[in-house]
Amino acid sequence: MHKILVPIKRVPDYATKIKIAPDSKSIQTDGIKWIINPFDEIAVEEALRIKETFVGKQEIEIIVLSIGPEALGEQIRSALAMGADRGILVSSDGLIDSSVAALVISEFVGKESPMLVIMGKQAIDSDSSQTGQLVAGQLDLPQATFASKVTVSDTWDKATVVREVDGGLETIGVSLPAVITTDLRLNEPRYPSLPNIVKAKKKPLDIIPISSLSVDATPGLEIVSLELPAAKKAGIRVQSVAELVEKLNKDAKVI
Amino acid sequence: MSLICYVEHSNGKLSKTAFSTISAALQMKAVQGYPKVIACLIGSDGVASAAEIVSEYGVDEVVTVSDSSLQNYLAANYAAALKEIVEKFGAKGVVGLSSAQGKDFFPRLAKLLGGVQASDCLQVLPGGEFKRPMFAGNIVATVRLTSEIKVITVRATAFEPALKVSSKASVTSHSISFTPDTKAEFIAYESSKSERPELTEAEVIVSGGRALKSAESFQSVLSPLADLLNAAIGASRAAVDSGYAPNDWQVGQTGKVVAPKLYIAVGISGAIQHLAGMKDSKVIVAINKDPEAPMMEMADYSLVGDLFKIVPELVEAIKAVKSS
Repeated sequence: MHKILVPIKRVPDYATKIKIAPDSKSIQTDGIKWIINPFDEIAVEEALRIKETFVGKQEIEIIVLSIGPEALGEQIRSALAMGADRGILVSSDGLIDSSVAALVISEFVGKESPMLVIMGKQAIDSDSSQTGQLVAGQLDLPQATFASKVTVSDTWDKATVVREVDGGLETIGVSLPAVITTDLRLNEPRYPSLPNIVKAKKKPLDIIPISSLSVDATPGLEIVSLELPAAKKAGIRVQSVAELVEKLNKDAKVI
Repeated sequence: MSLICYVEHSNGKLSKTAFSTISAALQMKAVQGYPKVIACLIGSDGVASAAEIVSEYGVDEVVTVSDSSLQNYLAANYAAALKEIVEKFGAKGVVGLSSAQGKDFFPRLAKLLGGVQASDCLQVLPGGEFKRPMFAGNIVATVRLTSEIKVITVRATAFEPALKVSSKASVTSHSISFTPDTKAEFIAYESSKSERPELTEAEVIVSGGRALKSAESFQSVLSPLADLLNAAIGASRAAVDSGYAPNDWQVGQTGKVVAPKLYIAVGISGAIQHLAGMKDSKVIVAINKDPEAPMMEMADYSLVGDLFKIVPELVEAIKAVKSS
């Protein structure tokens, strides 16, 4: 049996209006709707599709891992409802940045020995785009970031990955085990069906306190303060093409 | 205590964004007390000639790492090569670009160096602090790296490209001592480049959304305007997902971040993630049939109406202005 590890992060829904907390260092969490980071949802979907490709040929277990408050069991259950096999929740009330997440994920790669670690290319809250690469660096695994197509060889010794890069698409081959991070157009995640939501409640979900792991949970990047970006001044509604061209020519001087 | 500035190139060709990286490095020297900026170029073809050019832009020293195993970019090899340079010079900081390449291998480099990375920085502050965007640019964070070695990627549009200076820095070449990684191999590169300026380089961008209705009309409506203004063409995620435009035309939080002098948004409603990629443009024009669309609120100049009528009229009106 081969394993695929899919680390997921819970993030505020992208439509949420983000407000800064009174400490100026964190965001207000009241009333936030939490979702699986959209790129991580793509990662779950990709793991499921790989598993489906190998039905009858190769048994595959998909493990979903997340780090944070116990409430994110909800997001792990959503991934299980999509079809993942079991979940691991590393509970922590502290701030988990890319550095800490990468250490925790690396520890579980050591414990579970997955052939693939598939995760989102970035989280839409911190927008750092680091965790997958940090894991690959930590464990000296090959990495294929920003994947828009993934093909695993029949013998599970190699994956061919098409990557979205500046100016085009690049194809690389990586030996397994490897770390893959997902770009937007890799797939469209499925919606869990009702029977699968019911089934997901019975799937195993281990809760492990971060203190029981041998990782230093101190964030590497200290947040000194948060602020809102400077407001843009109100624009002008023009009534015609002629007026627009005149403004662009005479006022803005851009044409 | 030096700062290594990784300068990206493509077979020796340097883009405008490379000079923005140099500019960020020079600011870190001025504001954060690094005594020296050492520019580093990695690759094979064209490295030496690109290094000669870089040496004229205010850095203190230029080093090249040239090896046939580095001709095709691969994260593990580039991280290993740059790590050797950092260690050889006893550098305490490394700065690069938040490009597809920088995003890919800088975190790996940070891990190899036992350092921490701040991604996509917008501003260099005293005391080793940086400003960087979070939540699609809806929050700006001031951050400090806790590690001894600091790894930084910067957003090109936030730094004016460095200017040529009268003096020239020395250029030295270094060979690699690590064994190239065999766990990843380059297979192919398929370029989607066109004759138009690069999105990240263009002074003017004409960008289209799903309202363009098809790949054909996306081209037929936007091309004449882009041709006239020597503009790059961008696209919203919706337009890319609908197949109207190739992937790497996407402007947004997860696509390209741009800040041209003029950004013309045609039929783009302005989802948060798209606005995150273009809101720092100097002048924004929005053309949309929905007066309430977020892009219309964000724009400096907005015009309500049917884009299929307005854009051709706009082309004629600009032609008239240009010829007068």
